[in-house]
Amino acid sequence: MYVESKKGKTRELWNFHGGLHLPDHKELSLQSPLQSVTLPERLVIPLQQHIGAVAQVCVKPGDQVLKGQLIADSSAPVTAPLHAPTSGSVTEIVEHAIPHPSGLNGHCIVIEPDGEDRWAELPPPISDYRQTSADTLRQRIRDSGIVGMGGATFPSAIKLNPGKPIKTLIINGAECEPYITCDDRLMRDQAAKVMDGARILQHLLQSEVCLIAIEDNKPEAILAMFDVLRQEENIEVVRIPTIYPSGGEKQLIHILTGQEVPTSGLPAQIGTICHNVSTNAAIADAVLHGRPLVSRLVTVTGEGIKNPGNYEVPIGMLASDLIEQAGGYQNNPQQLILGGPMMGFDLSTDRVPITKGSNCLLCPTAEEAPRPEPAQACIRCGRCADVCPAHLLPQQMYWHSRAKDLEKVQDYNLFDCIECGCCSHVCPSHIPLVHYFRYAKAESWALEQERRESERAKQRHDFRIARLERLEAERKARLRKKKESLNAKPAAKKAAPKKDDKASKQAAIQAAMKRAAEKKAKQSQTPKNTENLTAAQQAQIEAVDERRKSAAKVRENHSEPPA
Amino acid sequence: MEFPTHSSPHTGRPNRVDKVMLQVVLALIPGTLALVFYFGYGVLVNLLLAIGSAVAFEALVMKLRKRPVTPVLMDLSAVVTAMLFAVAIPPLLPWWMVVLGMAFGIIMVKQMYGGLGYNPFNPAMAAYVLLLISYPVEMTAWLPPAVLAEHHVSLREIVLFKFTGALPDDYTLDAITMATPLDVMRTNLDLNMMISEIRTNPLWGDFGGLGWEWVGNWFLMGGIWMVYKRTITWQIPLAFLAGLVGMASLFWLFDSESFPFPLFHLFSGGAILGAFFIATDPVTACTTRTGQLIYGATIGVLVYVIRTWGGYPDAVAFAVLLMNMAAPTIDYYTRPRTYGHGEMKS
Repeated sequence: MYVESKKGKTRELWNFHGGLHLPDHKELSLQSPLQSVTLPERLVIPLQQHIGAVAQVCVKPGDQVLKGQLIADSSAPVTAPLHAPTSGSVTEIVEHAIPHPSGLNGHCIVIEPDGEDRWAELPPPISDYRQTSADTLRQRIRDSGIVGMGGATFPSAIKLNPGKPIKTLIINGAECEPYITCDDRLMRDQAAKVMDGARILQHLLQSEVCLIAIEDNKPEAILAMFDVLRQEENIEVVRIPTIYPSGGEKQLIHILTGQEVPTSGLPAQIGTICHNVSTNAAIADAVLHGRPLVSRLVTVTGEGIKNPGNYEVPIGMLASDLIEQAGGYQNNPQQLILGGPMMGFDLSTDRVPITKGSNCLLCPTAEEAPRPEPAQACIRCGRCADVCPAHLLPQQMYWHSRAKDLEKVQDYNLFDCIECGCCSHVCPSHIPLVHYFRYAKAESWALEQERRESERAKQRHDFRIARLERLEAERKARLRKKKESLNAKPAAKKAAPKKDDKASKQAAIQAAMKRAAEKKAKQSQTPKNTENLTAAQQAQIEAVDERRKSAAKVRENHSEPPA
Repeated sequence: MEFPTHSSPHTGRPNRVDKVMLQVVLALIPGTLALVFYFGYGVLVNLLLAIGSAVAFEALVMKLRKRPVTPVLMDLSAVVTAMLFAVAIPPLLPWWMVVLGMAFGIIMVKQMYGGLGYNPFNPAMAAYVLLLISYPVEMTAWLPPAVLAEHHVSLREIVLFKFTGALPDDYTLDAITMATPLDVMRTNLDLNMMISEIRTNPLWGDFGGLGWEWVGNWFLMGGIWMVYKRTITWQIPLAFLAGLVGMASLFWLFDSESFPFPLFHLFSGGAILGAFFIATDPVTACTTRTGQLIYGATIGVLVYVIRTWGGYPDAVAFAVLLMNMAAPTIDYYTRPRTYGHGEMKS
């Protein structure tokens, strides 16, 4: 299939296997333009909003912060810093409910806005980015806390350092999940910014071509992007067919290039890189204006919401506050989903903050997203395999997952499953297939870790055995040598005077006793620099001692052979 | 506000097992009506007996297994099994044989393996084969198509015969029954008759047996509708028919007087029913699309081989059961290439 991607230019498109045509329900949140929200009473900013190391807090309760001021960072290679989303004061650093499928809490910085929304002094804009080195741009992107905003939340600066030449830069505006429209809205309303982001990335990566891919159910966004396209650039806007999950990275790359990302490999291996349009806009803000990532567009939608729409939301705003500003709940909703209906996860409470990766709050009514009936037996119809975009055999994987035969499931390429939900959607027996695969993946990881640990323990055990054997051999060798030397000089020994021998023995005993006394005296001395300690220091020392002890204990435990 | 949580995807599920089964039931109706039209009310009596006993046995097993009965009955799989069995057996079969067949099919072949989805063999065909081997005389005594019959057996006579064995006055069993066209063809060919001679018998229609070919047509309609509705995939039926016609054409071209015309094979006996309704039973068939091509084609070839050189005139049941055994292995070796695996396009 060919589509016109810019004036006088057509581009070939490929189809991926499977996929679904879903009712998109996008009109629900597209009726109103982009809306801003009034600042809530408090913002809760989780320290982990990205893949990688947790950011370390660099403010303390009571501190006044300005909008855009750094509040947490880490020196780890893979991480992202956090910035104050508005001006105000840090009230506390607490465990708070975070948007995570586990429903567990996480460390969060709580900021009480002062309502002035005053900006901190920002790094200077880099308006002539074409004259700026890639390293400088990457550093700016890193310092601005930008992560993949399509939901993956991988730190962008790292993704932008592929170490391989990039032929095709893909800007992902597919937005294939039903209901979600924030990317659509962004492209319609801020097309120039998205395009600027694309230009920056293209310069940064020196890619041959940049393709902005948009599903054909978003004609306004496509037109808006076409409008800001410059003919002389190697940037194209590609209208791709609407089929879920075309916005999946691997699927989008296949649609645009006909190539497949090798299993457990990265797109860069085939010369492609894929960035979401929201990430793009954030990068443009960071480079051209020096603004760090402190807010994002969120779609609030579903029949359970009074005023569905798209909102520009400061990071850390609670979902409950956001929903209140969207008119609150209606129609007695029974579910709140973060993300889209296919891949989003259920929130158990609305008291969780919006993070860098939250693109949609979906609150459907029971009629809109009915609970599937109890699962029935699989009738092996194979519809799951027909729709699987990874070309897997979900049904076979299901049988083996059920049987807890993890090796077999992996044999069927479990880890190539992208959890898009197509198989579960079409299953006539209503089997929660994706859930089985998540379970199998988690079990496999746990098993793998266990295996690795026992492997390490075994190595340690083998090493210990070898060491003991070596020591034993050395001891024997020494004994033998001694024996030999004794046998070799029996005459000399006999000739030695007996009295002398006794005297020397006495001397040796004396010396040993003296050494022992010295050692004892030394031990009874108090350690240096331990007088006049403050309570805090004392506590610290005790903590260190405790740690040493437990570390020693762990070492002891680990040196035991595996059971 | 607090909410209950569930696993994604959070969409209503458009497909249902009972909907799939209902589509099969609907698709069977035209062919079944044609069967009733040509071979009388015996077919209807069989149908009622089979459905009644299949549902009863299914309920019984569920009771014994202490499982809820209604959801299992509502999935309609027992009804489908019963219908497929009922349209395959002769109209005059004694009632208890019908019940015995369903008892074996539902209890032994389906539920003993764990019920719907777990049975390796097609229950309807296993029941058919059990009866064919145990009661070959009764199982091969078909009525002639209505257009040829000297005596039209009434509903009362049918019921009387099926339940008491009483024949209509002045008639012997041989006078009212008749072998199937496939049987006639086999027997006559074994007598070294030429096809052109055999076909002088009034039993024949345009391609296959008189009446039989029309039954086949109506089943074909139902089958095509199922393919259109995506109840079944096209792979198995097409490969089945291609395998059968391919073999038949090969031998017919070689010697058209000893090997019947390919379309004869399609429209006599159970080829169409087998291709669209029996081989496509998802539980017992291959599930990979490539595997389904192999599975279907092999059944087609086996049907021809058994019909031509085997011990039975029709062969769909045997061929399907044989390939049921091979299905898991075929599936294993026809796994599709997963995204990102294997050779890449440059």
